[in-house]
Amino acid sequence: MAAPLLEARGLSRPGLLQVAHLSLQAGELLAISGPSGAGKSLLLRALVDLDPAEGEVFLSSLARSAQAAPAWRRQVAYVPAESGWWESDVGSHFSDPKAAAAWLPRLHLSEGAMDWSLQRLSTGERQRLALLRALLAKPKVLLLDEPTSALDDAAEAAVETLLSEFISAGGGIILVTHDTSQAARLATRSRRLEAGRLLDETPA
Amino acid sequence: MNPELGGQAVSLGWLDLAIASTLLLASAALALALQLGITRSFLIAAARMTIQLLLIGQILTWLFAQASLWLTLACGAVMLLVAGYEVTSRQERQLTSGWSFLLGTGTMTLSSTLVLFLALTTQIGADPWYDPRYAIPLFGMILGNAMTGIALGLNSLTARLESDARGIEAQLLLGATRWQALRPSLRHALRSGFMPIVNSMAATGLVALPGMMTGQILAGAAPTQAVKYQLLVMFLIASATSLGVVAAVLASAWRVTDHRDRLRLDRLRS
Repeated sequence: MAAPLLEARGLSRPGLLQVAHLSLQAGELLAISGPSGAGKSLLLRALVDLDPAEGEVFLSSLARSAQAAPAWRRQVAYVPAESGWWESDVGSHFSDPKAAAAWLPRLHLSEGAMDWSLQRLSTGERQRLALLRALLAKPKVLLLDEPTSALDDAAEAAVETLLSEFISAGGGIILVTHDTSQAARLATRSRRLEAGRLLDETPA
Repeated sequence: MNPELGGQAVSLGWLDLAIASTLLLASAALALALQLGITRSFLIAAARMTIQLLLIGQILTWLFAQASLWLTLACGAVMLLVAGYEVTSRQERQLTSGWSFLLGTGTMTLSSTLVLFLALTTQIGADPWYDPRYAIPLFGMILGNAMTGIALGLNSLTARLESDARGIEAQLLLGATRWQALRPSLRHALRSGFMPIVNSMAATGLVALPGMMTGQILAGAAPTQAVKYQLLVMFLIASATSLGVVAAVLASAWRVTDHRDRLRLDRLRS
Protein backbone atom coordinates (compact mmCIF):
# COMPACT_ATOMS: atom_id res chain seq x y z
CA MET A 1 0.00 0.00 0.00
CA ALA A 2 1.20 3.50 -0.76
CA ALA A 3 2.22 5.83 2.05
CA PRO A 4 -0.89 7.24 3.68
CA LEU A 5 -2.03 10.74 2.70
CA LEU A 6 -2.54 11.63 6.34
CA GLU A 7 -1.21 9.70 9.30
CA ALA A 8 -1.27 10.40 13.04
CA ARG A 9 0.84 8.57 15.61
CA GLY A 10 0.39 8.79 19.36
CA LEU A 11 -1.81 11.85 19.16
CA SER A 12 -2.97 12.64 22.69
CA ARG A 13 -4.10 15.25 25.14
CA PRO A 14 -3.98 14.09 28.77
CA GLY A 15 -7.43 13.09 29.97
CA LEU A 16 -9.13 14.26 26.77
CA LEU A 17 -7.89 12.40 23.73
CA GLN A 18 -5.99 9.19 23.03
CA VAL A 19 -5.31 8.22 19.42
CA ALA A 20 -2.72 5.50 19.00
CA HIS A 21 -2.79 5.47 15.23
CA LEU A 22 -4.90 6.95 12.48
CA SER A 23 -4.31 6.82 8.76
CA LEU A 24 -6.12 8.04 5.69
CA GLN A 25 -5.31 7.11 2.10
CA ALA A 26 -5.77 9.41 -0.87
CA GLY A 27 -9.29 8.97 -2.22
CA GLU A 28 -10.63 7.77 1.11
CA LEU A 29 -13.36 9.11 3.35
CA LEU A 30 -13.02 8.04 6.96
CA ALA A 31 -16.20 8.52 8.97
CA ILE A 32 -15.84 9.05 12.70
CA SER A 33 -18.82 8.57 14.96
CA GLY A 34 -19.34 8.56 18.68
CA PRO A 35 -21.43 10.05 21.46
CA SER A 36 -21.49 13.80 22.12
CA GLY A 37 -18.53 14.90 24.21
CA ALA A 38 -16.42 11.90 23.17
CA GLY A 39 -13.81 14.24 21.72
CA LYS A 40 -14.60 14.15 17.99
CA SER A 41 -14.08 17.89 17.56
CA LEU A 42 -10.99 17.75 19.78
CA LEU A 43 -9.55 15.09 17.46
CA LEU A 44 -10.03 17.29 14.41
CA ARG A 45 -8.59 20.31 16.24
CA ALA A 46 -5.56 18.27 17.27
CA LEU A 47 -5.03 17.07 13.67
CA VAL A 48 -5.07 20.63 12.35
CA ASP A 49 -2.81 21.84 15.19
CA LEU A 50 -5.30 24.23 16.73
CA ASP A 51 -4.74 22.84 20.24
CA PRO A 52 -1.40 21.72 21.70
CA ALA A 53 -1.20 17.92 21.65
CA GLU A 54 1.39 15.19 22.00
CA GLY A 55 2.32 13.02 19.06
CA GLU A 56 3.11 13.55 15.42
CA VAL A 57 1.03 13.93 12.27
CA PHE A 58 2.31 13.33 8.74
CA LEU A 59 1.03 14.49 5.38
CA SER A 60 2.41 12.31 2.57
CA SER A 61 5.15 11.24 5.03
CA LEU A 62 6.15 14.83 5.79
CA ALA A 63 6.09 15.57 9.51
CA ARG A 64 3.89 18.42 10.67
CA SER A 65 6.48 19.63 13.17
CA ALA A 66 8.84 20.34 10.28
CA GLN A 67 6.37 22.76 8.70
CA ALA A 68 4.99 26.14 9.75
CA ALA A 69 1.49 25.87 11.17
CA PRO A 70 -0.17 28.15 8.57
CA ALA A 71 1.33 26.06 5.74
CA TRP A 72 0.04 22.89 7.42
CA ARG A 73 -3.47 24.28 7.76
CA ARG A 74 -3.57 25.29 4.11
CA GLN A 75 -3.08 21.62 3.21
CA VAL A 76 -5.11 20.03 6.00
CA ALA A 77 -8.27 22.11 6.15
CA TYR A 78 -10.67 21.89 9.08
CA VAL A 79 -14.24 23.14 8.82
CA PRO A 80 -15.70 23.36 12.34
CA ALA A 81 -19.36 22.63 13.09
CA GLU A 82 -19.90 26.32 13.81
CA SER A 83 -18.27 28.51 11.21
CA GLY A 84 -16.32 31.64 12.07
CA TRP A 85 -16.46 35.02 10.30
CA TRP A 86 -14.57 38.24 10.87
CA GLU A 87 -15.80 40.79 8.29
CA SER A 88 -19.29 42.17 7.84
CA ASP A 89 -19.90 40.97 4.27
CA VAL A 90 -19.60 37.52 2.73
CA GLY A 91 -17.23 38.37 -0.14
CA SER A 92 -14.44 39.68 2.14
CA HIS A 93 -13.98 36.17 3.51
CA PHE A 94 -12.93 34.82 0.12
CA SER A 95 -9.58 35.50 -1.51
CA ASP A 96 -11.28 35.51 -4.92
CA PRO A 97 -15.00 36.34 -4.52
CA LYS A 98 -15.60 36.19 -8.31
CA ALA A 99 -14.31 32.66 -8.58
CA ALA A 100 -16.25 31.71 -5.47
CA ALA A 101 -19.50 33.13 -6.90
CA ALA A 102 -19.31 30.63 -9.77
CA TRP A 103 -19.57 27.79 -7.27
CA LEU A 104 -22.62 29.10 -5.43
CA PRO A 105 -25.32 27.47 -7.62
CA ARG A 106 -23.71 24.08 -7.10
CA LEU A 107 -24.29 24.50 -3.37
CA HIS A 108 -27.88 25.67 -3.90
CA LEU A 109 -26.91 29.21 -2.92
CA SER A 110 -27.98 32.38 -4.67
CA GLU A 111 -25.42 33.82 -7.10
CA GLY A 112 -25.55 37.20 -5.37
CA ALA A 113 -24.53 35.78 -2.01
CA MET A 114 -21.00 37.20 -2.22
CA ASP A 115 -22.43 40.71 -1.81
CA TRP A 116 -24.66 39.84 1.13
CA SER A 117 -24.04 41.07 4.62
CA LEU A 118 -23.14 38.32 7.03
CA GLN A 119 -26.11 39.00 9.27
CA ARG A 120 -28.68 37.85 6.74
CA LEU A 121 -27.12 34.40 6.37
CA SER A 122 -28.94 31.41 7.83
CA THR A 123 -27.01 28.72 9.69
CA GLY A 124 -27.24 26.43 6.68
CA GLU A 125 -25.96 29.13 4.32
CA ARG A 126 -23.02 29.81 6.63
CA GLN A 127 -22.27 26.11 6.76
CA ARG A 128 -22.08 25.79 2.97
CA LEU A 129 -20.10 29.02 2.54
CA ALA A 130 -17.56 27.91 5.15
CA LEU A 131 -17.11 24.61 3.32
CA LEU A 132 -16.71 26.40 0.00
CA ARG A 133 -14.16 28.78 1.54
CA ALA A 134 -12.09 25.79 2.66
CA LEU A 135 -12.46 23.89 -0.65
CA LEU A 136 -11.37 26.85 -2.76
CA ALA A 137 -8.05 26.97 -0.91
CA LYS A 138 -7.38 23.56 -2.55
CA PRO A 139 -6.37 21.53 0.52
CA LYS A 140 -5.19 17.92 0.27
CA VAL A 141 -7.22 16.76 3.26
CA LEU A 142 -10.58 18.00 4.56
CA LEU A 143 -11.58 17.56 8.19
CA LEU A 144 -15.31 18.10 8.43
CA ASP A 145 -17.39 18.38 11.58
CA GLU A 146 -21.09 17.72 10.88
CA PRO A 147 -20.96 19.59 7.53
CA THR A 148 -24.63 19.07 6.65
CA SER A 149 -26.31 19.31 10.08
CA ALA A 150 -28.31 22.43 9.16
CA LEU A 151 -29.13 21.56 5.54
CA ASP A 152 -32.28 20.34 3.81
CA ASP A 153 -32.14 17.17 1.72
CA ALA A 154 -31.41 18.88 -1.60
CA ALA A 155 -28.58 21.01 -0.20
CA GLU A 156 -27.20 18.00 1.65
CA ALA A 157 -27.12 15.99 -1.57
CA ALA A 158 -25.33 18.85 -3.31
CA VAL A 159 -22.67 18.97 -0.60
CA GLU A 160 -22.24 15.20 -0.69
CA THR A 161 -21.69 15.35 -4.45
CA LEU A 162 -18.92 17.93 -3.95
CA LEU A 163 -17.30 15.78 -1.29
CA SER A 164 -17.40 12.72 -3.55
CA GLU A 165 -15.73 14.74 -6.31
CA PHE A 166 -13.07 15.90 -3.87
CA ILE A 167 -12.06 12.33 -2.95
CA SER A 168 -12.32 11.10 -6.54
CA ALA A 169 -9.74 13.75 -7.39
CA GLY A 170 -7.33 12.23 -4.88
CA GLY A 171 -8.21 14.16 -1.76
CA GLY A 172 -8.92 12.61 1.63
CA ILE A 173 -11.71 13.41 4.04
CA ILE A 174 -12.24 12.73 7.72
CA LEU A 175 -15.90 13.22 8.40
CA VAL A 176 -17.38 13.51 11.87
CA THR A 177 -21.07 12.75 11.67
CA HIS A 178 -24.00 11.59 13.74
CA ASP A 179 -25.85 10.67 10.59
CA THR A 180 -25.32 6.92 10.06
CA SER A 181 -26.97 6.93 6.64
CA GLN A 182 -24.63 9.72 5.49
CA ALA A 183 -21.66 7.72 6.75
CA ALA A 184 -22.98 4.66 4.88
CA ARG A 185 -23.38 6.66 1.65
CA LEU A 186 -19.96 8.30 1.70
CA ALA A 187 -17.51 6.45 3.90
CA THR A 188 -14.78 4.14 2.71
CA ARG A 189 -14.06 3.23 6.33
CA SER A 190 -15.57 4.04 9.74
CA ARG A 191 -14.16 4.32 13.22
CA ARG A 192 -15.72 5.12 16.57
CA LEU A 193 -14.44 7.54 19.17
CA GLU A 194 -15.54 6.86 22.74
CA ALA A 195 -14.48 8.80 25.84
CA GLY A 196 -11.53 10.27 23.96
CA ARG A 197 -10.25 6.91 22.65
CA LEU A 198 -10.29 6.14 18.96
CA LEU A 199 -11.43 2.49 18.67
CA ASP A 200 -10.21 0.04 16.06
CA GLU A 201 -11.73 -0.20 12.65
CA THR A 202 -15.31 -1.32 12.15
CA PRO A 203 -16.31 -2.66 8.72
CA ALA A 204 -17.88 0.18 6.75
CA MET B 1 9.06 77.49 46.68
CA ASN B 2 10.56 78.24 43.31
CA PRO B 3 12.01 81.76 43.63
CA GLU B 4 10.95 82.74 40.09
CA LEU B 5 7.34 82.18 41.00
CA GLY B 6 7.47 83.60 44.51
CA GLY B 7 5.55 86.56 45.78
CA GLN B 8 2.24 86.51 43.97
CA ALA B 9 1.14 82.98 44.86
CA VAL B 10 -2.19 82.61 46.63
CA SER B 11 -1.29 81.22 50.02
CA LEU B 12 -3.86 78.65 51.18
CA GLY B 13 -4.53 78.29 54.90
CA TRP B 14 -6.01 75.23 56.60
CA LEU B 15 -9.16 77.24 57.35
CA ASP B 16 -9.67 77.91 53.62
CA LEU B 17 -9.42 74.19 52.91
CA ALA B 18 -11.83 73.38 55.74
CA ILE B 19 -14.40 75.75 54.26
CA ALA B 20 -13.99 74.17 50.80
CA SER B 21 -14.38 70.72 52.29
CA THR B 22 -17.83 71.62 53.68
CA LEU B 23 -18.99 71.73 50.06
CA LEU B 24 -17.89 68.12 49.70
CA LEU B 25 -19.70 67.20 52.91
CA ALA B 26 -22.81 68.92 51.56
CA SER B 27 -22.62 66.75 48.42
CA ALA B 28 -22.35 63.70 50.64
CA ALA B 29 -25.40 64.82 52.60
CA LEU B 30 -27.29 65.26 49.34
CA ALA B 31 -26.34 61.76 48.23
CA LEU B 32 -27.52 60.44 51.57
CA ALA B 33 -30.84 62.30 51.35
CA LEU B 34 -31.44 60.95 47.84
CA GLN B 35 -30.54 57.43 49.05
CA LEU B 36 -28.14 56.94 46.16
CA GLY B 37 -26.30 54.25 48.09
CA ILE B 38 -22.91 55.76 47.30
CA THR B 39 -22.52 58.02 50.35
CA ARG B 40 -20.23 55.57 52.10
CA SER B 41 -17.86 55.00 49.20
CA PHE B 42 -17.95 58.71 48.38
CA LEU B 43 -16.81 59.64 51.89
CA ILE B 44 -14.20 56.89 52.04
CA ALA B 45 -12.77 58.02 48.69
CA ALA B 46 -12.69 61.63 49.88
CA ALA B 47 -10.96 60.62 53.12
CA ARG B 48 -8.46 58.48 51.19
CA MET B 49 -7.68 61.34 48.85
CA THR B 50 -7.11 63.76 51.74
CA ILE B 51 -4.84 61.42 53.67
CA GLN B 52 -2.93 60.29 50.55
CA LEU B 53 -2.28 63.85 49.41
CA LEU B 54 -1.23 65.08 52.86
CA LEU B 55 1.13 62.14 53.16
CA ILE B 56 2.61 62.57 49.71
CA GLY B 57 3.17 66.25 50.51
CA GLN B 58 5.31 65.25 53.48
CA ILE B 59 7.12 62.54 51.55
CA LEU B 60 7.88 64.82 48.60
CA THR B 61 9.21 67.57 50.89
CA TRP B 62 11.55 65.06 52.49
CA LEU B 63 12.48 63.48 49.15
CA PHE B 64 13.28 66.83 47.53
CA ALA B 65 15.53 67.73 50.43
CA GLN B 66 17.51 64.47 50.04
CA ALA B 67 17.96 64.75 46.26
CA SER B 68 19.35 61.22 46.26
CA LEU B 69 19.50 59.11 43.10
CA TRP B 70 18.70 55.88 44.93
CA LEU B 71 15.76 57.30 46.86
CA THR B 72 14.34 58.78 43.66
CA LEU B 73 14.71 55.46 41.85
CA ALA B 74 13.11 53.60 44.76
CA CYS B 75 10.21 56.04 44.74
CA GLY B 76 9.78 55.50 40.99
CA ALA B 77 9.85 51.73 41.48
CA VAL B 78 7.10 51.90 44.10
CA MET B 79 5.00 54.03 41.77
CA LEU B 80 5.50 51.49 38.96
CA LEU B 81 4.49 48.58 41.16
CA VAL B 82 1.34 50.35 42.31
CA ALA B 83 0.49 51.27 38.71
CA GLY B 84 1.12 47.67 37.62
CA TYR B 85 -1.19 46.40 40.34
CA GLU B 86 -3.81 48.95 39.28
CA VAL B 87 -3.63 47.87 35.60
CA THR B 88 -3.93 44.21 36.61
CA SER B 89 -6.89 44.75 38.92
CA ARG B 90 -8.78 46.59 36.18
CA GLN B 91 -8.71 43.51 33.91
CA GLU B 92 -11.89 41.50 33.71
CA ARG B 93 -9.93 38.52 32.41
CA GLN B 94 -6.28 38.41 33.34
CA LEU B 95 -3.53 36.39 31.77
CA THR B 96 -2.58 33.37 33.86
CA SER B 97 0.55 33.05 36.05
CA GLY B 98 0.96 36.77 36.68
CA TRP B 99 1.57 37.66 33.03
CA SER B 100 -0.89 40.57 33.15
CA PHE B 101 1.05 42.21 35.97
CA LEU B 102 4.37 41.40 34.33
CA LEU B 103 3.45 42.75 30.90
CA GLY B 104 1.53 45.75 32.29
CA THR B 105 4.34 46.80 34.61
CA GLY B 106 7.07 45.98 32.11
CA THR B 107 5.61 48.02 29.28
CA MET B 108 4.83 50.95 31.60
CA THR B 109 8.38 50.89 32.91
CA LEU B 110 9.77 50.83 29.41
CA SER B 111 7.64 53.61 27.94
CA SER B 112 7.45 55.95 30.95
CA THR B 113 11.09 55.86 31.99
CA LEU B 114 12.27 56.25 28.40
CA VAL B 115 10.15 59.35 27.83
CA LEU B 116 10.93 60.77 31.27
CA PHE B 117 14.67 60.30 30.89
CA LEU B 118 14.58 62.04 27.53
CA ALA B 119 12.64 64.98 28.97
CA LEU B 120 14.82 65.32 32.07
CA THR B 121 18.08 65.27 30.17
CA THR B 122 17.03 67.50 27.25
CA GLN B 123 14.00 69.79 27.63
CA ILE B 124 13.97 70.17 31.41
CA GLY B 125 17.71 70.03 31.74
CA ALA B 126 17.47 69.21 35.43
CA ASP B 127 20.76 69.20 37.34
CA PRO B 128 21.35 66.52 38.44
CA TRP B 129 19.07 64.83 35.87
CA TYR B 130 17.39 62.78 38.60
CA ASP B 131 16.49 65.84 40.72
CA PRO B 132 13.31 64.51 42.38
CA ARG B 133 11.63 67.93 42.23
CA TYR B 134 11.26 67.40 38.46
CA ALA B 135 11.54 63.66 38.09
CA ILE B 136 8.84 62.53 40.52
CA PRO B 137 5.93 64.84 39.58
CA LEU B 138 6.59 64.34 35.85
CA PHE B 139 6.84 60.60 36.30
CA GLY B 140 3.56 60.60 38.20
CA MET B 141 1.73 62.43 35.43
CA ILE B 142 3.23 60.31 32.65
CA LEU B 143 2.64 57.07 34.52
CA GLY B 144 -0.94 57.88 35.47
CA ASN B 145 -1.92 58.42 31.84
CA ALA B 146 0.04 55.47 30.50
CA MET B 147 -1.63 53.32 33.13
CA THR B 148 -5.14 54.34 32.05
CA GLY B 149 -4.38 53.72 28.38
CA ILE B 150 -2.73 50.36 28.98
CA ALA B 151 -5.50 49.16 31.30
CA LEU B 152 -8.15 50.04 28.70
CA GLY B 153 -6.21 48.55 25.80
CA LEU B 154 -5.55 45.26 27.57
CA ASN B 155 -9.09 44.95 28.85
CA SER B 156 -10.47 45.55 25.39
CA LEU B 157 -8.07 43.00 23.87
CA THR B 158 -9.04 40.15 26.19
CA ALA B 159 -12.74 40.96 25.87
CA ARG B 160 -12.46 41.00 22.07
CA LEU B 161 -10.47 37.78 21.91
CA GLU B 162 -13.26 35.96 23.70
CA SER B 163 -16.02 37.22 21.45
CA ASP B 164 -13.89 37.07 18.28
CA ALA B 165 -12.41 33.63 18.98
CA ARG B 166 -14.38 31.81 16.29
CA GLY B 167 -13.51 34.38 13.63
CA ILE B 168 -9.85 34.39 14.65
CA GLU B 169 -9.65 30.60 14.46
CA ALA B 170 -11.45 30.65 11.11
CA GLN B 171 -8.64 32.83 9.75
CA LEU B 172 -5.98 30.61 11.29
CA LEU B 173 -7.66 27.61 9.67
CA LEU B 174 -7.37 29.27 6.28
CA GLY B 175 -3.62 29.62 6.78
CA ALA B 176 -3.37 33.06 8.37
CA THR B 177 -0.53 33.71 10.82
CA ARG B 178 -1.45 34.70 14.35
CA TRP B 179 -0.69 38.36 13.62
CA GLN B 180 -2.89 38.38 10.52
CA ALA B 181 -5.73 36.67 12.37
CA LEU B 182 -5.52 39.02 15.35
CA ARG B 183 -5.42 42.21 13.29
CA PRO B 184 -9.10 43.22 13.75
CA SER B 185 -8.96 42.56 17.49
CA LEU B 186 -5.62 44.37 17.83
CA ARG B 187 -6.91 47.39 15.96
CA HIS B 188 -9.89 47.59 18.28
CA ALA B 189 -7.81 47.19 21.43
CA LEU B 190 -5.29 49.83 20.33
CA ARG B 191 -8.08 52.25 19.52
CA SER B 192 -9.56 51.82 23.03
CA GLY B 193 -6.15 52.39 24.59
CA PHE B 194 -5.52 55.56 22.58
CA MET B 195 -9.00 57.01 23.10
CA PRO B 196 -8.47 58.80 26.46
CA ILE B 197 -5.27 60.55 25.40
CA VAL B 198 -6.71 61.57 22.03
CA ASN B 199 -9.84 62.94 23.69
CA SER B 200 -7.86 64.73 26.34
CA MET B 201 -5.57 66.36 23.76
CA ALA B 202 -8.56 67.49 21.70
CA ALA B 203 -10.44 68.97 24.65
CA THR B 204 -7.48 70.54 26.44
CA GLY B 205 -7.70 74.31 26.50
CA LEU B 206 -11.25 74.42 25.17
CA VAL B 207 -13.33 72.45 27.61
CA ALA B 208 -10.85 71.77 30.34
CA LEU B 209 -7.88 73.69 31.67
CA PRO B 210 -5.51 70.97 32.79
CA GLY B 211 -5.03 70.65 36.54
CA MET B 212 -1.29 71.07 36.31
CA MET B 213 -1.56 74.33 34.38
CA THR B 214 -4.30 75.67 36.64
CA GLY B 215 -2.13 74.90 39.65
CA GLN B 216 0.79 76.79 38.15
CA ILE B 217 -1.35 79.81 37.35
CA LEU B 218 -2.88 79.85 40.83
CA ALA B 219 0.63 79.60 42.23
CA GLY B 220 1.52 82.80 40.37
CA ALA B 221 3.05 81.70 37.06
CA ALA B 222 2.36 83.65 33.87
CA PRO B 223 -0.27 81.82 31.74
CA THR B 224 2.00 81.66 28.68
CA GLN B 225 4.71 80.03 30.76
CA ALA B 226 2.19 77.62 32.27
CA VAL B 227 0.96 76.76 28.77
CA LYS B 228 4.48 75.87 27.64
CA TYR B 229 4.91 73.52 30.58
CA GLN B 230 1.50 72.00 29.92
CA LEU B 231 2.38 71.40 26.27
CA LEU B 232 5.60 69.71 27.25
CA VAL B 233 3.74 67.52 29.73
CA MET B 234 1.07 66.62 27.16
CA PHE B 235 3.72 65.67 24.59
CA LEU B 236 5.43 63.47 27.14
CA ILE B 237 2.17 61.91 28.28
CA ALA B 238 0.96 61.25 24.74
CA SER B 239 4.21 59.64 23.63
CA ALA B 240 4.57 57.49 26.75
CA THR B 241 0.94 56.39 26.52
CA SER B 242 1.15 55.51 22.82
CA LEU B 243 4.37 53.59 23.27
CA GLY B 244 3.04 51.83 26.37
CA VAL B 245 -0.33 50.90 24.84
CA VAL B 246 1.22 49.50 21.66
CA ALA B 247 3.83 47.52 23.59
CA ALA B 248 1.35 46.17 26.14
CA VAL B 249 -1.29 45.16 23.59
CA LEU B 250 1.23 43.49 21.26
CA ALA B 251 2.96 41.69 24.14
CA SER B 252 -0.37 40.37 25.41
CA ALA B 253 -1.38 39.28 21.93
CA TRP B 254 1.91 37.41 21.71
CA ARG B 255 1.15 35.73 25.04
CA VAL B 256 -2.39 34.57 24.12
CA THR B 257 -1.10 32.94 20.95
CA ASP B 258 1.79 30.55 20.49
CA HIS B 259 4.59 29.68 18.07
CA ARG B 260 2.31 27.26 16.17
CA ASP B 261 -0.09 30.13 15.44
CA ARG B 262 -2.76 28.92 17.82
CA LEU B 263 -5.15 31.04 19.84
CA ARG B 264 -4.48 30.12 23.49
CA LEU B 265 -7.51 31.30 25.44
CA ASP B 266 -6.46 28.76 28.10
CA ARG B 267 -3.86 31.37 29.04
CA LEU B 268 -6.65 33.69 30.18
CA ARG B 269 -8.00 33.29 33.67
CA SER B 270 -11.74 32.72 33.67
